Amino acid sequence: MRDIRVSLVGYGIVGHGVVDVFNRKKQMLRDLGLNLMLISVSDHTGTVIAEDGVDADKILGERTLANVATSSMKGKEAISAIDSDLVVEVTPTNIIHGQPGLGHMEAALSSGKHVVTSNKGPLVVSYSHLKKLAADNGVMLKFEATAGGTMPLISLVERTLVGNTILGIRGIFNGTCNYILTRMTEEAIPYTHALSEAQDLGIAEADPSYDVEGVDTAGKVVILANSLFNMNVKYSDVDVTGITGVTPEALALAKKRGYAIKLIGDVPALTVRPTLVPLGSPIAVEGTLNSAAIYTDLSGTITVTGLGAGSIETASAILTDIVSIYRTKRIDAIF
Amino acid sequence: MRLSMDLELQDIPGQLLLALQPFRDNKANIISVVHHRDRKTPRGMIPVRFVVEMDRSKIETVNAKLKECGISVVRAGEDRLLEAVSVVLVGHVLDSDLGDTINRIDSTGFAEVMDLSLSMTGVDEPSSAYLKIRATGKAEIQKALSILREVGREKKLLVIDPIETEAV
Repeated sequence: MRDIRVSLVGYGIVGHGVVDVFNRKKQMLRDLGLNLMLISVSDHTGTVIAEDGVDADKILGERTLANVATSSMKGKEAISAIDSDLVVEVTPTNIIHGQPGLGHMEAALSSGKHVVTSNKGPLVVSYSHLKKLAADNGVMLKFEATAGGTMPLISLVERTLVGNTILGIRGIFNGTCNYILTRMTEEAIPYTHALSEAQDLGIAEADPSYDVEGVDTAGKVVILANSLFNMNVKYSDVDVTGITGVTPEALALAKKRGYAIKLIGDVPALTVRPTLVPLGSPIAVEGTLNSAAIYTDLSGTITVTGLGAGSIETASAILTDIVSIYRTKRIDAIF
Repeated sequence: MRLSMDLELQDIPGQLLLALQPFRDNKANIISVVHHRDRKTPRGMIPVRFVVEMDRSKIETVNAKLKECGISVVRAGEDRLLEAVSVVLVGHVLDSDLGDTINRIDSTGFAEVMDLSLSMTGVDEPSSAYLKIRATGKAEIQKALSILREVGREKKLLVIDPIETEAV
């Protein structure tokens, strides 16, 4: 049995999902030979530390850690002080400066801790720096949840499709935009109406600009370009157009001719824009689903689809990354 | 060159074979033959569309031979615009001089706007348009699309073009 001491940094929607999923999957992980111990959880109010594992039932009912924190340490200080093997970083994303996640990841990697994250910001801002920091310290940086959520994309390309040359990836990488466009098409309602519906359902944020202006999708395009295409690009290299200009009339005209309009991110073209997708194409998924077509030289086109966001769904991608770090050495290693 | 021809055949056995003979004799490569049995003309003839690749100088010979066999050639024309692409425009499509937008494509000589539908909601509201552009080849389609994107930037129109189905 391998003991893995995990620190969770960030206790928002995804953080709650991580605590819940770790708790639910404890036995399954033991069966795999992994004794996953969540020894600390930190947010902007403080940290809960428990050497034998944080009691999930005790903290899951709390929105923040303010009432249950056992230490006032936060962020980088907590990461450095607590003796963990792996840090799960799920603080809010900022793709302009990457903070606070960037500082957390630097602190973790430079002290020899693996990092698993769903936070796009630090990777968009500083991918190559973080990757080098991980390599220099002999640890891994895993980020499946950042691009496509629970939809397997990075691991699919890096493991299952290994040996293929990846010619391009095009897809729907934002469930909020896809939901809005789907509803506008179904009900012939204007953008503002579909947006307010999405906000009422919790699918869109109060400030939706990050999603609807294509910023989120562009962040994912940057991550895919850097991690799978070795491109070393930044956010400003992406040509971005969001969905706010799309009208129900445009959707109806397109549908009449056999097309849906979807917000498509394209790597390596580095574009994000509303695009005509033939109805019936495997990437023309509806509602909050994401999809991606991966163009390869040997395997042809592979299409994946899945939920792009959500607390438990994102946590599942994080769990997969954690398991893959420890499995890498045992199963996939080439001697 | 690629040529499409609409012929009318009598509804009696052996006519299709008869119509194929002059193409064969003149070394035309037949790309497709669409036989519209269900669309008889008022005179009881059966329309057939041939698409062939053949030498330009042989067209007259083939035409004359077909007529000689009692087959009427309704239309024969060069299939110049082989590729097509659908595009949706959103914005002040009409106010930004739609005629000029179309002309920017048509004046290239290699691409033309062949179909246009417009959907308008109100005077101040953005309108939406569907365009079908035909061009002489795949590369020309891409050139036409980049012209349209340029026009879109200039006139503040959202240009929505189709996803590439293959990696570029």
